[in-house]
Formats: sequence, structure tokens, C-alpha cells
Amino acid sequence: MSLDAIDLGLMAAVILASAVEFVEALTIVLAMGVSRGWRSTLIGTGLALVGLALVTVVAGYALVEWLPESLLQLFIGTLLLIFGLQWLRKAILRSSGLKALHNEDEEYRAQQAAAQRAGHDERLGLDWFAFVVSFKGVFLEGLEVVFIVITFGLNADSIPTAAAGAGVAAAIVLIVGAIAHRPLSNIPENTLKFAVGVLLSTFGTFWAVEGLGVFAAGSESLEWPVGDLWLVILLVAYVVLSRLAVATLRRGSGPGRPAAVPAD
Amino acid sequence: MRFVLAFMRFWYDFVVGDDGWIAAGVAVILGIGAALVSADVLADAVLTPLMAVAIVAVVMARVVAGARSSSRNSDRAGVPVDLRDR
Repeated sequence: MSLDAIDLGLMAAVILASAVEFVEALTIVLAMGVSRGWRSTLIGTGLALVGLALVTVVAGYALVEWLPESLLQLFIGTLLLIFGLQWLRKAILRSSGLKALHNEDEEYRAQQAAAQRAGHDERLGLDWFAFVVSFKGVFLEGLEVVFIVITFGLNADSIPTAAAGAGVAAAIVLIVGAIAHRPLSNIPENTLKFAVGVLLSTFGTFWAVEGLGVFAAGSESLEWPVGDLWLVILLVAYVVLSRLAVATLRRGSGPGRPAAVPAD
Repeated sequence: MRFVLAFMRFWYDFVVGDDGWIAAGVAVILGIGAALVSADVLADAVLTPLMAVAIVAVVMARVVAGARSSSRNSDRAGVPVDLRDR
């Protein structure tokens, strides 16, 4: 099997994005498991994973059935672009010191404190607090992964490759988390988010522009002058301009500036 | 009704996030692109790079402008405006 630029970009973006989100989900699951017990926590986590798989299958195949190719490229490309720019914007703000870096240790302590404060409410034989928090944490963090898997997978016509990328990232994070048995706070989270933001914005721009062909007489996708090479040009442009943005914003931060706000 | 609004709010926050001007900029450029494609005034080889340059330039300029404006406002108010930026 040969991998082209789109397949490689797909795998890289999905693995990196999934790793970041799974690290954040792992922090919540660990905090609940250690503070409230593992049974309810793992049931909540498992149900969230089943829900995410269902969302991927239903939304993925529904979109393929309903939308013609060029409209799919425009719709999904635009969503991917806007979503990716959100990641890139936050990474630029964090790199330039205008937003605090995400701190997994702090998040873990906050989750544990909340778990210890919460009363014991048993429903369906489960510790309801541990179940709900782990379900919500895994589902919401995983939803970003599902969004990337569906958007990338549909446009590259390769949902199984995208889903496999997410699976690889999940396995790596789970194995490392199980060995470390603590939140994974030493990974360069902002660098990963920066890379994901650049990749999503690059592919989003590429596909959204191609999809404008839906407005042409034959509704065929537009053709880039040098084909997939434009992906590299866009990637370089986003990287260079992002680094320039960070340098510009850092220069603008004077000594009297307020401290960066906590990360979200 | 409240559920529908909350559902839409969730998806808006999820996809668009803190800075709606970035999404608005992308929508305007793609709207112009759609009009140019419909009118069939430019070849694909010209239109696609033109669109790409416009999108990259506008969104990156907005990221810097948005961050600077937040920073200026926070200096004036004495609180980090990024708190209101969620």
C-alpha cells in the first residue's frame, strides 16, 4: 500500500490531535478512578467510547450518502478550516504568552478535589459522580477526535485510515498512562496543538477552495495548478505566518501586561 | 426551545470557538469565490491560488489583530480580556 501526501497528512493530524485529546481525557479518568473507584469510572469511559464510535459511523456515512463530492469538499473543508484555525489561534496565543499553557497536573488536582468534595449518589448500582464525569470527559474530548476523523476521512475517502490513526494514538496514551499511573504532564502539548492546527488549516483551505467547484456549471471540483503540491505551499505559509504572529505578539507584550489567563 | 438553543450554542462553540470574526472572514472570502466561480470569470489555475492567499492572509491577520485588541483592552481594564474571550 502506498501512502500519498494526503494519507500522510491524514495520519499525522489524526494521531497528533487524538493524542492531545486522549491525554486530557486520561487525566479526568485517572482522577475519578483514583478518588472514587475504578468500576463506575471505567463503565462511564467505555459507554462514552461506544457513543463516539456510533457518532462516527452514523455521521460519516450519512454525510457521504447525502452530499455530492464537491459540496462535501466545500462543507467539510470549511468546517475543518474554521475548526483548525481555532486550534492554531490558541496555540499562537499560548506560544506568545497571552494564554496560559494547559497544565495536566493542575487539572488532575482540580478534578480530584471535586471528586472528594462530591457526595455519594448511587444510581443503577454505579457511583453516579464518577460515571457521569468520566463519561462526559471522554465523550467531549473524544468528540474533537471524531470530528477530525470524519472530516479528514471523508475528504480523503479513507475513514478507516483516520479511525486507525485515532486508535493508534489511544493505544499509545493508554499504555503510557497505565505505566506512568499519573497524568501525562511532560508532553509538549502546545507544540502538538500547533502542529494539529497547521495541518487542519492546511487541508481545510485546500478542500474548501476545491469544493467551490460546486458553483460551476458542471459542479466539478476546482483543479489546483500543481495538484497536491499546493498542500506543501499552504503548510509552509501557515507555519511561517504563525511563527511571525508569535514573534509579533511577543514583541507587543510589555512589562505592564496582565498575566496570561488560565488555559481552557 | 431551550434545548435547541443550547444544542446550537454547543456546536457554535465547538466549531467556531472564541473568535467568530475568523469564521466570518472565511465565509466572506468563500462567498466571493463562489460568486467568481458562478460568473466563470477566472480559470481554476488563477482562482485557486488567489483564494488560498486571501484565506491565509485574512485569517492570520485576524488572529494577530484579535490578540492585540484583547491585550489592549485588558491593559485598560486591568483584567485579562481573554477571560471574556471564551
